[in-house]
Amino acid sequence: MINSMIIGKYVPGRSLIHRLDPRTKLLMMFFYVFIVFLANNVWTYTLLTLFTLSLLLLSKIPFSFIVKGFKPILWVIVFTLLLHVLMTKEGNMLFQFGWIEIYDKGVQQGFFISLRFLLLIAITTLLTLTTTPIEVTDGMEKLLAPFKRWNMPVHELALMMSISLRFIPTLMEETEKIIKAQAARGVDFSSGPFSERMKAMTSLLIPLFISAFKRAEELAIAMEVRGYRGGEGRTKWRQLTWSYLDTLFMLSLISLSILLWLLRS
Amino acid sequence: MDIIFKNVEHRYQAQTPFEKRALYDIDLEIKTGSYVAVIGHTGSGKSTLLQHLNGLLQPTKGSVTIGDRTIVGGKKEKNLKPLRKKVGIVFQFPEHQLFEETVEKDICFGPINFGVSEEEAKRKAKECLSLVGLPEEVLTKSPFELSGGQMRRVAIAGVLAMEPEVLVLDEPTAGLDPRGRKEIMDMFARLHQQKQLTIVLVTHSMEDAARYADEIVIMNKGTIVKKGTPEEIFSDVTSLMELGLDVPETVLFKHLLESKIGEAIPSTCLTIEETLQGLQTLFARVKKK
Repeated sequence: MINSMIIGKYVPGRSLIHRLDPRTKLLMMFFYVFIVFLANNVWTYTLLTLFTLSLLLLSKIPFSFIVKGFKPILWVIVFTLLLHVLMTKEGNMLFQFGWIEIYDKGVQQGFFISLRFLLLIAITTLLTLTTTPIEVTDGMEKLLAPFKRWNMPVHELALMMSISLRFIPTLMEETEKIIKAQAARGVDFSSGPFSERMKAMTSLLIPLFISAFKRAEELAIAMEVRGYRGGEGRTKWRQLTWSYLDTLFMLSLISLSILLWLLRS
Repeated sequence: MDIIFKNVEHRYQAQTPFEKRALYDIDLEIKTGSYVAVIGHTGSGKSTLLQHLNGLLQPTKGSVTIGDRTIVGGKKEKNLKPLRKKVGIVFQFPEHQLFEETVEKDICFGPINFGVSEEEAKRKAKECLSLVGLPEEVLTKSPFELSGGQMRRVAIAGVLAMEPEVLVLDEPTAGLDPRGRKEIMDMFARLHQQKQLTIVLVTHSMEDAARYADEIVIMNKGTIVKKGTPEEIFSDVTSLMELGLDVPETVLFKHLLESKIGEAIPSTCLTIEETLQGLQTLFARVKKK
């Protein structure tokens, strides 16, 4: 179960996508989220899908692996699809069975919305799969730097983000360990009546919380010991560099938006 | 309950970019009532191996037979509860699994999960607490107000209270002070002798392996490279060192002394006591000459 959760996991590589500046990737993702809503007919969706697929291919991450990442959210997509198919009552009726009436507009709408979901998740997964958490936060910090003028705690936010990203895998590992230890003591996490499962969850959550708090405290002490005093005057070891590749990718996204704008109905 | 590993292989996260072969070609037999020590470096597959003992991990190839249950590679085995009752695992830093309000409740947690009545579980809790050397008044305390060493003992009591036939220990004394270490290891040895408990011990301490185990399994890079009695294993100091493993201080002493004086010490020198005896006979012999 935990092994199939790939959100927040980085897959090392040297592909084009891996080498992009994190700022480019963040900006592209940010605008992509808006562009997705431009698509509203078959042509625009096809274009958007092709664009997304080519990004996935360029990243050289095995496709099966990305598909596996969809599994945890599959039911959300299925639910959306069903909701639209069953609830939208527009266009021509295709099928009727008792109270169930299915219209062609509904089917179309259902597919479009689920596709939109899939594309969004694919692109955000791609970001985390090809960018190390540190790169993401560096990029964030740089992009948000102008807001410092209005007293936005940019550095602190970036730090918080990098710490939480950093600890996702650690906490997952910890969870797995505790699950195993409790399973060895006869806990059944996957079946049994509700009350027993709640009890099973407490046997997992309490140790997890305790260790998370302990970790937080240790981390704070370790940072303080090493002289951490916030972002003031702090320099960066890793410098971000903007290359022609980044300009190219940004341009491709801009042309995609223009095309979508022209093709949408 | 004999445990038999046949050609076992385990891959983590199979069919992903993170796929990793953690175990391969494992053939091992653990007889009822034996005390087996598993030694090896971090990452040699020891922990993976021991999680196969109660079906927490299942082989991706080969088969593991535990008593009358056989888990075959590739097939998902269900209903492992009876198996988990028979094989108790004390994980590394078991104090991390404590969660109940009182020590008593936490020790009772395992037995009750396996269908023991509440009074019976409480009786066992009391018994196991004294077994791990804690006073009875600890029962009503919260496990989180205890010291690290006491928490460890409570966690161990929680596994003992399940009354397993096989006890699996993953570095049970890591991070304890020397006295606590000895007390706990002696307690396991007593259980082994008195109740004929089968014990599988994963450890970095060659001294513990030499002193307590009657069979030693050495693992390296995911497979078993050597197995035998402590005498057999530690008679070949050089090959152990080639694997980058330590030998007990006493065995090292014997090895160095023998190469220096060119005379064999008539003992395996697995413990301090044995070494002393060996040296005494050696001195007596030298004196005669």
